[in-house]
Order: sequence, then structure tokens, then C-alpha cells
Amino acid sequence: MVAIIDYGVGNLFSLSSSLAAIGAEAQITADPDVIRAASHVILPGVGAFGDAAAKLRLSGLDKIVLEEADKGKPVMGICLGMQLLFEKSFEYGEHAGLSLIKGEIRPIADVIPEDLKIPHIGWNALSFGKKKHPLFKYLVEGECVYFVHSYYGAECEESVIATAEYGVPLTAAVANGNVMGCQFHPEKSGSAGLSILRAFCEMGGTVC
Amino acid sequence: MITKRIIPCLDVRDGRVVKGVNFEGLADVSSPVELARYYSDHGADELVFYDITASAEGRRLFTDILTEVASKIFIPLTVGGGINTLDDFDRVLKCGADKVSVNSGAIRNPHLIEEAAKRYGNQCVVISADVKRVDGSFRVFAKGGRENTGMEAISWIRHCVDLGAGEVVLNSIDTDGVKRGFDLEMLAAVCAAVQVPVIASGGAGKIEDFITLFNTLPGVDAGLAASIFHFGEVRISDLKEAMKKAGIPARI
Repeated sequence: MVAIIDYGVGNLFSLSSSLAAIGAEAQITADPDVIRAASHVILPGVGAFGDAAAKLRLSGLDKIVLEEADKGKPVMGICLGMQLLFEKSFEYGEHAGLSLIKGEIRPIADVIPEDLKIPHIGWNALSFGKKKHPLFKYLVEGECVYFVHSYYGAECEESVIATAEYGVPLTAAVANGNVMGCQFHPEKSGSAGLSILRAFCEMGGTVC
Repeated sequence: MITKRIIPCLDVRDGRVVKGVNFEGLADVSSPVELARYYSDHGADELVFYDITASAEGRRLFTDILTEVASKIFIPLTVGGGINTLDDFDRVLKCGADKVSVNSGAIRNPHLIEEAAKRYGNQCVVISADVKRVDGSFRVFAKGGRENTGMEAISWIRHCVDLGAGEVVLNSIDTDGVKRGFDLEMLAAVCAAVQVPVIASGGAGKIEDFITLFNTLPGVDAGLAASIFHFGEVRISDLKEAMKKAGIPARI
């Protein structure tokens, strides 16, 4: 079973529907016992980093995520959920994240050419670099996924498993052992996105 | 590189697609779910559902079908039509919409944009403007293009973006239905005025119209159309191939 962590941020309807579509059992939950019993954990999120990080801490679920990640359970952050896995973010101030991924979240305005629009919104192609991560085992390089974001993962070279070209290569996905994150929305990325979710669900030996 | 988006627009009345036509292999062309799946399978990058229902009963049917579409189709969904309050935003977002498009509701109350952007983020709020030339200047029309508001269109659109709209759909009433190409002049004026994505609507009649659009105006992010897709005059898969051949980034 996949636990989709509900800490009061964003709409989880599409995410749970997309997991249902690939035949995975999923539960939207804020219950630590359900999260502990799950084989896989997804940390979703939209909105601003500071607000989301505060809500996650207030709910106490930050500790549960850290515990489950420490146990070696496959954990995936999506969009802002990916950003929360980093050490810190500079979105409206400076905020601490979960430090499961080394690096920090910075505005894309700092690195992209001036004539490109912000947010980076739409379908963009994934580049995998030298080695394809198991998360992308059903994908070929160059397949497009759907992005909506104004901040990106920086100083995280050792964890980057995919990038998307937007004037410069932007971090599209990261992994550090059993902890993974996608800046894009797999639940809005058509069949390519579903195949990423399927690959995630097949990790860790337990099919959910 | 970010791809140029192709977006079919589906008008829905009382839970059924209006203007549904013959598609090979599609049993029920007025079923929003079937048609959405057809478009999604054939390469649509996003779908717009426009609720043209007037009654409360129709509204309920609309949200029911939206829920069903969103539980089966995993590409971005934009919803428009009858969006006048934050409750309307809430109603459609809960059913799985990703973006909400406002038109007359924003003309009546521009603060709706501001409040919605604060609550749901700029990326969620789309300003849709029906624009027509009147005595040589661009004017905003309300109520489905029937009523001249007297407002100058470019400054109205800029104002909406300043208030928090994260995307602009520009529908040219002058070219709408004519099928001789998008309104490049009007679109150029909007692209020069705002920094957010611009979606061209009104005037597409054939594949070449999209090629001309993206080649002439690099600032345009997406092309939206309804009847040419619904009537099978342009197949999205053919359009995507033609874009790729012309060197326009497209998701195949």
C-alpha cells in the first residue's frame, strides 16, 4: 500500500486516481500508523515552501517521513514535496527542509535566460545523464513530463537523476538511495508519468 | 526544451459535450470522458472544459463528469464557464481541475483573480479574454462575446496578470470561426505586454495555421481550438508530426 501523506497542502485527487489507474493500492492519510504500515510513501505538495514545511512539522509527520526513509522504505516527493526533501529553500526567506537530499531550493530566475517565462510551465523532455535510474525503467530519454514550478533544486549534483532543458538544465528528479523526488507531476504526465509511478511502486521488493 | 502545447476545448452542457461528432472507434462522442480519453491518447497536451450550463442541476452534472474525467485522464485539466466566486474555484478544483479560467466573472470583480491567486497560486488562475477590434482598437467583450465592455484589451490583460493571473487565453472574436488563421497581430500585442504564458484561440482552420502561429510568434505557448478537432478536420497526432517537422518543439 502507498501512503500519500496528507498534511493539508494541495489537492491529492489526481495523485490517488493515477495510483488507482496503475492498480496500486493507495491511501491518503495523516495517520502515523497507516504510514508505518505502508510499503511506499509519497510526499506531495503545492504552494509555498515555508508554509508547507511549517504544516508538515506542525502535523508531526516530518518525523514519520524521516523514520520511514531511515528504515529504507521507498519514499518519493512530488513537486513541492520533492523540494521539502532538500536541506533548505530560499523561497520568501530561508526555510529548513528534511535534509534527505543534499542541496537547496533556489529561484529559477537566478539561472535561466531573461527572455524565458516564469514559472517553467508545460511539457518538457527528460534527460537522464550517464545512467538511467530505475524510476525511469519504462521511459526512453527525451520523453516529456509536465512541470509547473518557479524554484528548482540546486547544489545537488550528486543526487540528480534527470534534468529538463529550460535555457539551462534544471533539476527534474533526484534520488539518494531509497529517497526520490520529482520536480514534475507524474500524475499529470500522461502515460510517461504513470510509468514512473509504476516503477516506484515496484521498488523495495514489495509490490503495492 | 519546453514544448508548444496543443489544447482541445470541449463545451459541456448538462454533462454532455456539445458539438460532438464522428470519430472512428468512438461510440459515444458526446461523452466527455470518452472524448477526453480520445484526445489524451492522440497527443493533446491539456484539455479545457467549458461549462455552458445555466442551471444549478447542470452545474452538478458538470462537476460529476469533471470528477470522472479527472479520475481517468492524467493530463492537465482547465475548467471555465460560470466561475464567479472563490467557491466556484473550490468546487471545480476539488473535482480534479488543475487550472480555472475566468472571464466575465473577472470583469465583474477583478479582485476574484487576486483572491484566487493568493489561495491557490498564480499557476492555477487563467484569464480568458474575448477581444474584438472596435474603431481600430482592441476591446474586451463580456458574456460570451455579446457585450462590449468598452475596456481596452491589452491594459485589461496586463492588469489581470498584475493581479495574479498566471496564464492568458486570448480569444479573438474577429478571427473566431473564420478558420483562416490565428489573430497574429492581436496575439503579438498581448505577448509584448505580459510575461506569463499566452494561449492563442480563435481562427485555426488547418495544420499550417498552427505552424504559422508558432513560427511567427515565439512568445505564444499554446494553441487552443474546438471544432476543427471535434470535426476531425485536424488530427492532433498529424498536427504534432507537422510541428516536429517544422522544427517546433512538440510532445509526440
